[in-house]
Amino acid sequence: MEYLQYEFQGTGQPKLFRSAVLAGVVSSGNLEVLIEAADLNGRCSVEVRTSAQGYSDIWRAVLNDFAVRHDLSNLQISINDGGATPAVVSLRLDQAIEEYAEPRHD
Amino acid sequence: MLLRSWTTQADSRRKRLQRAADICPDKVVPAEAVTSLLEAILEPGDRVCLEGDNQKQADFLARCLAKVNPERVHDLHMVQSVIALPEHIELFERGIARQVDFSYSGPVGARMAQLVAAGKIQIGAIHTYLELFGRYFIDLTPQVALIVAHSADRQGNLYTGPNTEDTPTIVEATAFKSGIVIAQVNQVVDKLPRVDIPADWVDFITEAPTPHFIEPLFTRDPAQIGEIKILMAMMVIKGIYAEYGINRLNHGVGFDAAAIELLLPTYAESLGLKGKICRHWMLNPHPTLIPAIESGFVQSVYSPGSELGMEAYVSARPDVFFTGSDGSQRTNRAFSHAAGHYACDLFIGSTLQVDLDGNSSTVTLDRIAGFGGAPNLGADARGRRHCQSAWLKAGRQAQERPAAMPRGRKLVVQMVETFREQMQPTFVDRLDAWAFMENTGMELPPVMVYGDDVSHIVTEEGIANLLLCRTAEERSEAIRGVAGYTPVGQGRSRSMVENLRDRGIIRRPEDLGIDKRLATRDLLAARSIKELVHWSGGLYDPPQRFRNW
Repeated sequence: MEYLQYEFQGTGQPKLFRSAVLAGVVSSGNLEVLIEAADLNGRCSVEVRTSAQGYSDIWRAVLNDFAVRHDLSNLQISINDGGATPAVVSLRLDQAIEEYAEPRHD
Repeated sequence: MLLRSWTTQADSRRKRLQRAADICPDKVVPAEAVTSLLEAILEPGDRVCLEGDNQKQADFLARCLAKVNPERVHDLHMVQSVIALPEHIELFERGIARQVDFSYSGPVGARMAQLVAAGKIQIGAIHTYLELFGRYFIDLTPQVALIVAHSADRQGNLYTGPNTEDTPTIVEATAFKSGIVIAQVNQVVDKLPRVDIPADWVDFITEAPTPHFIEPLFTRDPAQIGEIKILMAMMVIKGIYAEYGINRLNHGVGFDAAAIELLLPTYAESLGLKGKICRHWMLNPHPTLIPAIESGFVQSVYSPGSELGMEAYVSARPDVFFTGSDGSQRTNRAFSHAAGHYACDLFIGSTLQVDLDGNSSTVTLDRIAGFGGAPNLGADARGRRHCQSAWLKAGRQAQERPAAMPRGRKLVVQMVETFREQMQPTFVDRLDAWAFMENTGMELPPVMVYGDDVSHIVTEEGIANLLLCRTAEERSEAIRGVAGYTPVGQGRSRSMVENLRDRGIIRRPEDLGIDKRLATRDLLAARSIKELVHWSGGLYDPPQRFRNW
């Protein structure tokens, strides 16, 4: 098990439609993502617990692209990873943030 | 003046048949006499075609051939579609055969690589099917063909059943050039359901002790299709099939293609594409195509071979499939691959490695996989003349100068995830095929699909349209732009990729208006083999190993 932590300086406006969104499951080749609103002075903080060792550079690149793609800010993101490929990580993150940013109708 | 004989081949055939008559005077040979028969007929250095594709196998005849005495029969030159059985390898280990020309090697690919390295196997070339079949009539005509059929009558007429596959081609090349044709059948009967090969093209038949081996190679369990493949299939349907109006096509075998098939009745239907895409197919009867057939997407399917378990379903849908007077399917690999090459507007398939010019290969250092039909199907048909809108549109996109002679282009799509299992990058600077060439002394690296034939590369990151690229540099950058987090992908220039995206050369899911939240298994028309059986109204009868309920 490896523990990784990253911070990105956000650029966009905070999107506070929800307090939290959970997506995915922890299983082999899959991952669980928790996105929570947090007052971080516009920054985004990401923590990753992963069963696969030695991919911190790829994680940094994947997460950085994700933050840029969605203009993220003021978010705490927690990931439990069961050895997902970068493709699955990106898709799960995109699915979670699209859910998070969806205006609520209830 | 020297007198030259013009009948050396016919004379040789007569001598061989005389020797054979000492072993067995009849056309029907007892199974236990087959090895002696082969020893009587074969001569050292003969070219022998041992039938076996990736589906049906002349497995009994392969076992008999592997048992001949190598003192009598040696240095054979094998010509065969597929090297798949342990006996195929044994021929070389025992010195019965030395040389091989083939198309595909399946599960024995790793052992084959070892034997090539040890000098026990000389590979002539790794062919595409149609190319190998072509050579049967030019410079690789077999002296002896060992073939397989479902049943024979006492005259020697053969019934192949739905898996006709390569049999007509092999028999044609052998029987009409003074060769000898020996067929194994599951049973000898009084009356055949239909005649696939006439008796006077066949010299000997034998009833094999067990029914011939057949592999359900084209069955993909929907349970194993993950969300990335679903996302990629959504991109292909919206960004390529709808965009070009693809109606004549061939799919490679794999979960990527299966995902597209299973998204037709759901995602493609929701986009209003029924009747507008995917009407005519060259395809083995993929079980995953059943929902698209049942929901009215598919008008016709012509197949190189059948698929285990699909027999009753195919027979019940003669408007869609090609069937004989007996009601069962008739297939033909040679005609199918001619059809796939000339009459289809699109081929989509997967691969193991892609370089920055778009060349791809499934040959890696430790195993020889071969290519099957992909090099033929995944190649622009330069001789094609007939027009279809998809073909014309691709041609317009590829046209470099306004004044150039207009012509169409086939769409050749490579659909890959950026990483394979164990985080092996699909995108590489240099294909393993180069090292393979250096290690084996081949004259060219074994490339499956050449980069200049590829029109689109689809990954989880998006679609790269190589037709629109105008320079080699642009092309490489378009490939880097969909190569994800592989070292090749991370070497991209962000500004250039954004420029390519503005010009529509790279299209991300968001550029195509795809909601990634839909990319879940709920979008599959069938999520299990059992649901495929339901779609077929109980006609699809999956092999035991796919029955997990």
